Amino acid sequence: MKPPPFEYVAAASLDGALEALAEPSLETRALAGGQSLVPMLNFRLAAPERLVDLNGIEELARVEETESGGLRLGAMVRHLRLERDPLIARRAPLLAEAAPFIAHPQIRSRGTVGGSVAHADPAAELPAVLLTLGARVRIARRSRGGESGSRVERTLDLEDFFLGPFFSALEPDELLTAIEVPPSAPGEGTAFDEVARRRGDYALAGVAARVRLDSRGVCDEAAISLVNGGATPCLMREAARTLVGAEPTPEAVGATAAACAETCEPAADMHANEAYRRHLVRTLTARVVSRAAGRART
Amino acid sequence: MSRAGGTWVGARVPRNEDARLLTGRAQFVEDVEPPGALHAAFVRSDLPAGRLRGLDVERARAHPGVHAVFTAADLGPLLRPGAVLVPPPPLEGLVFHARTALPLVRERIRHQGEALAMIVADSRYVAEDAAQLVEADIEPLDPVVDLGRALDEDAPRIHDDLPSNLAAYVRQAKGDYAAARARADLVLERRFSYDRGIGGAIENRAVVAEWDARADRLQVWDTTQAPIPVRNVVAAALGLSESQVRFIAPFVGGGFGPKIMFYAEEILVPWASIRLGRPVKWVEDRYENFFATTQERGQLHEAEISVTREGRILGVRDIFIHDSGAYDPYGLTIPINTQCTLLGPYRVPNYESEFRVAFTNKPIVTPVRGAGRQHGVFIMERLLDLAARGLGLDPVEIRRRNVIGSDEFPYNHEIMYQDFAPLRYDSGSYEESLEEAVRLVGHETFPRERERAQPDGRVVGVGVVNYVEGTGIGPYEGARITVEPGGTVRLATGVGTQGQGHFTSFAQIVADAIGVQPSDVRVVTGDTSDFHWGTGTFASRGAVVAGNAIHAAAQSVREKILRHAAKALEVDPEDLELADGAARVRGAPDLSVDLGALALSANPLRGAVEPGTEPGLEATSYFGPPYGTTANGTHAVVVAVDPETAMVEILRYIVVHDCGTVINPTIVEGQIHGGVAAGIGNAFYEELVFDEFGGTSNASFMDYLLPTSTDVPPIETAHLETPSTLNPLGTKGVGEGGAIPVAAAFAQAVEDALADIAPGLEILDIPLSPGRLFELLRGAS
Repeated sequence: MKPPPFEYVAAASLDGALEALAEPSLETRALAGGQSLVPMLNFRLAAPERLVDLNGIEELARVEETESGGLRLGAMVRHLRLERDPLIARRAPLLAEAAPFIAHPQIRSRGTVGGSVAHADPAAELPAVLLTLGARVRIARRSRGGESGSRVERTLDLEDFFLGPFFSALEPDELLTAIEVPPSAPGEGTAFDEVARRRGDYALAGVAARVRLDSRGVCDEAAISLVNGGATPCLMREAARTLVGAEPTPEAVGATAAACAETCEPAADMHANEAYRRHLVRTLTARVVSRAAGRART
Repeated sequence: MSRAGGTWVGARVPRNEDARLLTGRAQFVEDVEPPGALHAAFVRSDLPAGRLRGLDVERARAHPGVHAVFTAADLGPLLRPGAVLVPPPPLEGLVFHARTALPLVRERIRHQGEALAMIVADSRYVAEDAAQLVEADIEPLDPVVDLGRALDEDAPRIHDDLPSNLAAYVRQAKGDYAAARARADLVLERRFSYDRGIGGAIENRAVVAEWDARADRLQVWDTTQAPIPVRNVVAAALGLSESQVRFIAPFVGGGFGPKIMFYAEEILVPWASIRLGRPVKWVEDRYENFFATTQERGQLHEAEISVTREGRILGVRDIFIHDSGAYDPYGLTIPINTQCTLLGPYRVPNYESEFRVAFTNKPIVTPVRGAGRQHGVFIMERLLDLAARGLGLDPVEIRRRNVIGSDEFPYNHEIMYQDFAPLRYDSGSYEESLEEAVRLVGHETFPRERERAQPDGRVVGVGVVNYVEGTGIGPYEGARITVEPGGTVRLATGVGTQGQGHFTSFAQIVADAIGVQPSDVRVVTGDTSDFHWGTGTFASRGAVVAGNAIHAAAQSVREKILRHAAKALEVDPEDLELADGAARVRGAPDLSVDLGALALSANPLRGAVEPGTEPGLEATSYFGPPYGTTANGTHAVVVAVDPETAMVEILRYIVVHDCGTVINPTIVEGQIHGGVAAGIGNAFYEELVFDEFGGTSNASFMDYLLPTSTDVPPIETAHLETPSTLNPLGTKGVGEGGAIPVAAAFAQAVEDALADIAPGLEILDIPLSPGRLFELLRGAS
């Protein structure tokens, strides 16, 4: 369990990192918190020729308020910060609520939001939570031949970012630089819960929900995302729609939970078969949506 | 801090070894890095069954930094099957086919992880790079994976020279079960499966060998639980005198059974050091550990109990298959433990038990903490629970009606145990233990508690189960105690230590005998240059067998001290007492002489040592018990089950246990806590998952789930002390007891919690993962 040989570059700036990623002669991977990549290296499941270490790039580690009152999380913001930063707790309490479910404190103090999203693991908490919040990702690369300027940037809805298990829209020369979380609307409540074999394990199933109620207590917007509910981190658009236009009564929530359980596409593995996962999705959706609706009311 | 009453045995003495362990100064094998050391890695088979047609190591040999690549063809006389470490007991009608592995595969691959080649390089990194360059041409064979079909006539044969995959067959019986069954009011028959997993020590195996050509000596650091037997095997295999080979088992990060085995690496690493003239180091990594280190696994039981309508056991019949893996170097220890431990603390007048051991294409099975006893306890306790349910009795009540009374010892179960001696219980406290656990868990009031609505929708249940554990078996251990002129006391014994607290509990025995502080006793374990007779640390025997050898040696040293002191002080030995590191005249404490001064005068540089005596204050003694002593206990557990998610949380865990004389309650509780943690892992978390091709699907701690500190509740412990009648200290073993009955208690508690929701639900398979409980709940509704 020792990694194969690789070249190591400690990038001092974003441009420096992009330059290293742009060099076509060497297969290069960005090293953020290393919580997934380093085990893959040690198991020799990944063998990049070069690692570009992002840990020295200060500009990627910032948490900022956006003009619209949302949040911009630099790619190198650690999970622990989600748990502890009062600004994050105020602007996006769902992030603060879900962060303690991400692995263990040691991993959270090292692992990064950008790394977790770029890894595109359907079993990870953060992608599902960010999908629920309607987040967007900022992506940068060095200009390719013929393009003007030194850097090219683009923004993508997170929903369009995840293409398959461990497979995202990132090109080899691109770097995920930030995640933008829109401001929360009045009358909105959020919640997260998961069932894992042990505290800190990948969840057998997890659910993040955001529910907005109008002044009469009728749901006018709902978003539900699943952890380990499909081949990618997945937003359950159809199922969430069943709640819109209704009061979140136990019956209505139950119907939404059933819709989630029916339409999700969980994989079977040694820890849970498909039927058990669907059952957990149903149970957790009912619990989480009720809790989110309760928070929306207050 | 001399204690009132003057006895250290029984006191909560802080551990002598903790300062070194907690400040990172304790030496582990990984810490040993001789100058110029080379590093080894093994190329292992990914396939569980195959024929090695070719092995091309030329690219690996040519890789920069590689010093050698060894294959079976290079081993010469070392290429022979390993020893059978434990022969089968002399039982009538026994079948036993011994099959052991070659150090490196020559042709046939029988389990995943069998070593094909050994690479020695400048670093482990380079060695692993080179391992990827080895090209193995393997013809895959159909693997035998499913234990239930391993003995089928058409199953692929794992050892071609045998007519089937049957490794062994044993039948033991007492009374007449068929007759008992004929007069029973209730007969219940069920199929059970009980699976176990890896030892899971925090430190994997490691071997560092340094051949000193000038001194003509080999020094080996090894994580073994049995340094002396391993030294002897290695010396013989390499053609060296035992005195040329020194094995050191320093601090070892957990043994749990697998490190008692003899492994090929223990001979290949020293051999490579001699051959290359350089120190060679090999540290097993966590991935390798899942294949290259032995483990425990499953048994399939068809068991039956016959009872009267009052719930008295008339008899039990149990027929089971035991998975041995690809080879059977540890004989029949595990299934015989199962067979014997099943009987527990109960009167079972008629018993019929037979088992077959099957070879499979899986890693080798040898004892892991509990060593098959869990399986037996689970079967018996489940049968009692089912019988209680069938008769409308409380589970505690059926146990009360069947436990062996305190006036019935010694109790003879009339079958043979793993130590080749009849299964006899020397002493015990079965009724007291059960009643104490019932009292502590509040069993009498518990049904009402269950009716109390849990605010979170969960339901609670309670389980209470018993066990008896055969511990402290022979053959023997020894100890040498020396009082040094500085007043320090040196104790050397042959057993290795893997966290059991030997440096303290052994010191307490010596301190009591010769009047010193436990912290004055310097304990050396697991170094063959300090003590070279002994077998090892296994079967919950350290405190029993080594402990009583130490006690005997300490008494001999005490006599020598008294004799020398009586002479020096010109008094009668009977007028002396030993305390505070000195011999003193009773009632005249000013008349005293330090032990250090006595040690000096007992080893004079001039003058004469009295004819017929030995110099110094030193004694060596050995202890071998006639047969194993039996510890016992009762576990009670309270669980909360979420019927919607099938998740189970343990709310309370109570252990009432009796290991005879308790040397150090803190250390005993530590053993129990660790054992219960292992048991919780076995009951709910740990499972080795094999795919249809025989590969292990979860060879990492990401998917092989050990319970963590947040999964193990606080454990409430009560000590009962019924001394063993088989040794002077009265000690019994406690290393494994904590782990043995956990799954049985867990199953009873989960069934109890679900009694209203799923009344017919029966838990017959362990581990009980939430996925399995979900299926049971689905089946019941």
